[in-house]
Amino acid sequence: MYQYDQYDRSMVDARVAEFRGQVERRLAGDLTEDQFKPLRLKNGLYLQLHAYMLRVAIPYGTLNSRQMRLLGDIADKYDRGYGHFTTRQNIQYNWIKLSDAPNILAELATVEMHAIQTSGNCIRNTTSDQFAGAAADELTDPRPYAELLRQWSTFHPEFDYLPRKFKIAIIASETDRAAMRLHDIGIQLVKNDAGEIGCKFHAGGGMGRTPMIAPVIAEFVPALQMISYLEACLRVYNRYGRRDNKYKARIKILVHEIGAAEYRRQVEEEFAHILTLGLEPPAEELERIKGFFEQPGFEVGASDELDLSDPDFALWVDQNVHAHKQPGYAIVNISLKPTGGIPGDATADQIRLMADLARDHSFDELRVTHAQNIVLPHVKKADLYGIWQKLDEAGLAAANLDLIGDIIACPGLDYCALANARSIPLAQKISNRFADLGRQRDLGELKLKISGCINACGHHHAGHIGILGVDKKGVENYQLSLGGCEGADTSLGQITGPGFSEDGVVDAVEKATDVYLAHRAEGERFVDTYRRIGMAPFKEAIYAKEPAHG
Amino acid sequence: MVEQNLRYRADEPVADPAVTVDAFADQSNATAVRIEPGDDARLLLPHLDRIALVEVNFPAYTDGRGYSAARILREHGYAGELRAVGDVLLDQLSHMRRCGFDSFAPNQPISSEAAEQAFGTWPEVYQKTVDGRPAIWAKRHPA
Repeated sequence: MYQYDQYDRSMVDARVAEFRGQVERRLAGDLTEDQFKPLRLKNGLYLQLHAYMLRVAIPYGTLNSRQMRLLGDIADKYDRGYGHFTTRQNIQYNWIKLSDAPNILAELATVEMHAIQTSGNCIRNTTSDQFAGAAADELTDPRPYAELLRQWSTFHPEFDYLPRKFKIAIIASETDRAAMRLHDIGIQLVKNDAGEIGCKFHAGGGMGRTPMIAPVIAEFVPALQMISYLEACLRVYNRYGRRDNKYKARIKILVHEIGAAEYRRQVEEEFAHILTLGLEPPAEELERIKGFFEQPGFEVGASDELDLSDPDFALWVDQNVHAHKQPGYAIVNISLKPTGGIPGDATADQIRLMADLARDHSFDELRVTHAQNIVLPHVKKADLYGIWQKLDEAGLAAANLDLIGDIIACPGLDYCALANARSIPLAQKISNRFADLGRQRDLGELKLKISGCINACGHHHAGHIGILGVDKKGVENYQLSLGGCEGADTSLGQITGPGFSEDGVVDAVEKATDVYLAHRAEGERFVDTYRRIGMAPFKEAIYAKEPAHG
Repeated sequence: MVEQNLRYRADEPVADPAVTVDAFADQSNATAVRIEPGDDARLLLPHLDRIALVEVNFPAYTDGRGYSAARILREHGYAGELRAVGDVLLDQLSHMRRCGFDSFAPNQPISSEAAEQAFGTWPEVYQKTVDGRPAIWAKRHPA
């Protein structure tokens, strides 16, 4: 894992000191709330419905056990004993006192963490593949490149007041586990014919009220020109992105309105100029960073044998444990989606337990996923049963990864000032309706995603089943969509028709799954069947009138 | 009233009124230009040698187009005065300086002491820009 040197440390410390001063000015009345708002937002501090919410960055989703442990301790000390892992590799605390915020940032700085640029119209936390460094199918570990991006984007003086927020994801596998093409910029590391690593750039993806899949704007940019190319992409956006309407201000609208070809032309022109300026960190810097991401000291010849005689353990292994590139090792996915639970929430004790397991069994590493789960990336297969027992005791052994119970949901109207409808109680109802694990496994991979408003933090556009909460004349109403997907076959969901009440949409989801079961061909996932048979059979079943009783 | 309260240049201030970018194209003798957020700073590039002052207006500090305008001018060798005017607050001064501004005429006056402190916000910088400060990566790997 990356470790700060004195430079990185001085930057984070400077931010803590600056923010402490700003909070003091606010508490003393020297700053009005209007003046304070953009300052606190740049430190991830939102004023929500009931309290301040603090969003802490987990850069490219990687953290060590000390960091994880502190996240648990902060939940106990400053919040109500739990934290919420988000869809962007952040953690949010929902019950923060303004006067505590500078102390929390100071504590985070002791373990090389921060809340820098987790909000505001700037470049946000760069996200990546949660299996980086462990996946069998990766070209290279994307995290050194992500760390280069983190440093470049931190306090970038030209791009602090963009038209709108800006999210970058970087991956290095053909299998996209980071929803890369639904980002403002998505980078896939690729190799050219000469065997050199470079970046395939996608620009203009996003969710929100105008979901777009990012088109490719550059097939291959040499890795040592990545920062220069990004400077060009951002400069064109900063100059020409719309500022007249916040709903049309994301880069996706610019790319859509002028066309990918014209955006590419402008970027290329700017890029040619920027290359003359020498802005790119040298190869030695990338090498220095790569030194922090060397492969852990795996035991050679570790056994691939697993005793699966405990049926519950066998189910969990089958569903939640992924293949590792190293023989004898595995990737463990810890689902934060117990039946009836709040997606992405973990208690302080659970967070500390996961920290301990990482320290003892995963070379001190954890990952956070955009699906709001936790990963232990490097676990010896021989340790799996013991880990599973501890997870099970702590309520962390839900064997539902990528099943219908593995729901993504935003905080919704229970916390969020932007929301139109509640997401959490709906997620809990659906989770309870499909509580039977055998039924979930029969339905197979089925990604259900819930957003409490059009901003789409719950990624509903990318859900095989997506649910959007809206406000209909003061009553919460839920729109259902089908056929969304992230990854290499990214697609956007289509709305089924009129919306539903909270209970109504749970029924509609169940009917949609019934249609799938009735029509599926061998080996088809829900989304595959939907793509083959289309919306009509689903619509017919979902909106069929109940037969009259009598 | 002093129109401008922060200036970090040794030469004499330009007394000429700044013309708009559109008007500048027709006025071959103008030496001062004012850029509004929607203007294309690149239109000035052929004329940089005869411009002594560029004002970049920030009607709202949240509109960051002026940062790109400033950097583009400096990257192409503009050496005259680059002045940020309008809704310019203490919290933006450091970034503006990094993008090449060397004078400031904020709507709300800022004391030179407060400005000095603001310029010192970041002990180090991660990016190479136009202000001559070495990026952290350059310090890590001295040539």
